[in-house]
Amino acid sequence: MSDDGFLQLRGVASRYGQTRVLKDIDLSIGKGEFVALLGSSGCGKTTLLRVIAGFIEPSDGQVTVNGRDITRHQPDKRGMALVFQSYALWPHMTVAQNIGYGLKLRGIAREEIARRVAEMATMLGLGGLEGRKPANLSGGQRQRVALGRALAVDPEILLLDEPLSNLDARIRLSVRHELRALQKRLGITAVHVTHDREEAMVMADRIVILDGGRIAQQGSPEEVYNRPASSFVAAFMGAENLLHLDGVRDGDNFLLQPGAAGEGGSVPVGDRPLGSGPVEARFRPEAAKLSDIDTPATMPGARFFGEVVAVSYPGGHWRHAVRIGEREIMADADRAFTPGQPVAVFVPAQTLFLFNSPSGDPVSRPGVSPEAVKIPA
Amino acid sequence: MTALRNNLAALWWVPRGIIFGLMAFFIFGPLFNMLLWTVTEKWYFPHTFPLEYGFSSWAKVFAPRGGALESLGNSLVVALLTVAVALALAIPAGYALARLKLPLRGLILLAFLIPQAFPNLTVYVNIARIFYEIGLNGTIPGVVLVHVSHGVVYAVWIATAAFSAIDPELEQAARNIGAGPMRTFRDVTLPLAAPGLMASAIFVFLESLDEFTGSFFVGAPDVNMLPLLLYTSASGGNYQIASITALLLLVPSLVFMLLVERFLKADVLSRVGH
Repeated sequence: MSDDGFLQLRGVASRYGQTRVLKDIDLSIGKGEFVALLGSSGCGKTTLLRVIAGFIEPSDGQVTVNGRDITRHQPDKRGMALVFQSYALWPHMTVAQNIGYGLKLRGIAREEIARRVAEMATMLGLGGLEGRKPANLSGGQRQRVALGRALAVDPEILLLDEPLSNLDARIRLSVRHELRALQKRLGITAVHVTHDREEAMVMADRIVILDGGRIAQQGSPEEVYNRPASSFVAAFMGAENLLHLDGVRDGDNFLLQPGAAGEGGSVPVGDRPLGSGPVEARFRPEAAKLSDIDTPATMPGARFFGEVVAVSYPGGHWRHAVRIGEREIMADADRAFTPGQPVAVFVPAQTLFLFNSPSGDPVSRPGVSPEAVKIPA
Repeated sequence: MTALRNNLAALWWVPRGIIFGLMAFFIFGPLFNMLLWTVTEKWYFPHTFPLEYGFSSWAKVFAPRGGALESLGNSLVVALLTVAVALALAIPAGYALARLKLPLRGLILLAFLIPQAFPNLTVYVNIARIFYEIGLNGTIPGVVLVHVSHGVVYAVWIATAAFSAIDPELEQAARNIGAGPMRTFRDVTLPLAAPGLMASAIFVFLESLDEFTGSFFVGAPDVNMLPLLLYTSASGGNYQIASITALLLLVPSLVFMLLVERFLKADVLSRVGH
């Protein structure tokens, strides 16, 4: 990352009592960029957003905007606007007063405020609701008012704390695109916290995946989706199928040893630092190809043998639970295989993510006994 | 069999009727008696009801030399000043107790109760002695101070609850959009806490209006208050004057009940003392 980002975090750490919520976060966000902070609950993403907004003082590190150190600045002196997950609309003010409050603080004339509020209301589809109190609005309308209140002050940086999580699923899909289009049109730098992978993928220029208070990986949506840097990122990006295999590094290829689980295969390593030994293999259900046991592989990849346990139809394709050795994985197919049927699961090389198993005791991983990890050659 | 059971069920109404009747009598009997006395001209034993009705006592109470108007004025001035002082203490204290992570928070809340923990008389006799030495005895400020020591506990407890009921994110939203701490308090916190603060003000107002012991030791005989007038007339056997004074004290209580019911929301009440 370049050192001249518009919003720059250097070595930011935060602790809550004895717990270290954030550890050494380095992040550089360019002007006009839309960055999604993605992670499961408790990963520190909301804490990071609040450090940027100034509600939490970092125990270490530095936050700069446009080269100006704002680490110790009060929240009201930062020129940022935060859209809260709860929206935090003031119940005693009308929609117009909520949106116009920031302008009122800046000492703008009343007619000018009224004009800007009306403009904002029209842009966000809130026309005619200016006189209502937040209690008399629907969830989607409240979300728009919260957004309008943030955008009305023309902030340099827009911070979004899971603003879509309280909307129902159908509205959420359209608001994603509206929000993204708006951000692009206004050219605002945006930091968006979410736990929804798809939301992050659809909206962001760059995804920053947080795990345990650290940045696990950052990159464009297609980068983190197709080249996850760790087993955690792969799992978070949907590759939840996990098999423990053994293999040997052979130049640019990694040779998976045949065993009880399958016949092995050769996978190009690419730029991954992969060494010989036990590996974790991860892949998505939709990447796996299910076939009869005697269908030969037609492209590079790995083939595993198992038995269908259950079949369901979530729409578009059939989803199978397949037992391979000690583990169960999910795999999609265009036709249904009957439970109990032995099948071959083929995973093409580019969609099979291999990571060296973490050294140390394999027992610490839940549900996996040491015997299951080692597949006898 | 069924008839017997029906009879027994009917019999149940006898104890119930007696209990409800007694309750009604104990609650409304004295009130009704008081109302009767306010319009009585002549009433003595063994008659159940007054012999003559009239409003001559009202004229006596509100006559310039009756002292009631002066007492009413004193009581209202003291009550209003007490509310002002108690709220001036309770708003910052309640906000601090609700928002800041203070050590021994529970202990601080409890400390406000200490003046109530000892018998009133002992406390007020000693306060009167101290006030006498510093010249506060028999003055309005002296009475106000005594009432504040009594009322501030309600004010602080209810104000703390009112501020706790406000989501801190509402304040953060104001800070975030560019409001300083004081501006945020004025524009967001205070309006949202207003119903709770209003209720605590009413509580303190009524407590002050009603307070007797402190007013007696610190105020009398220079500062006469309504409860003192009530006491002197009642102990002098003048039930008409005592009843009219009591009615004057009762009206704010009834108004208060309606206001509290309107202002004090369940989410504030549930936080009292937390």
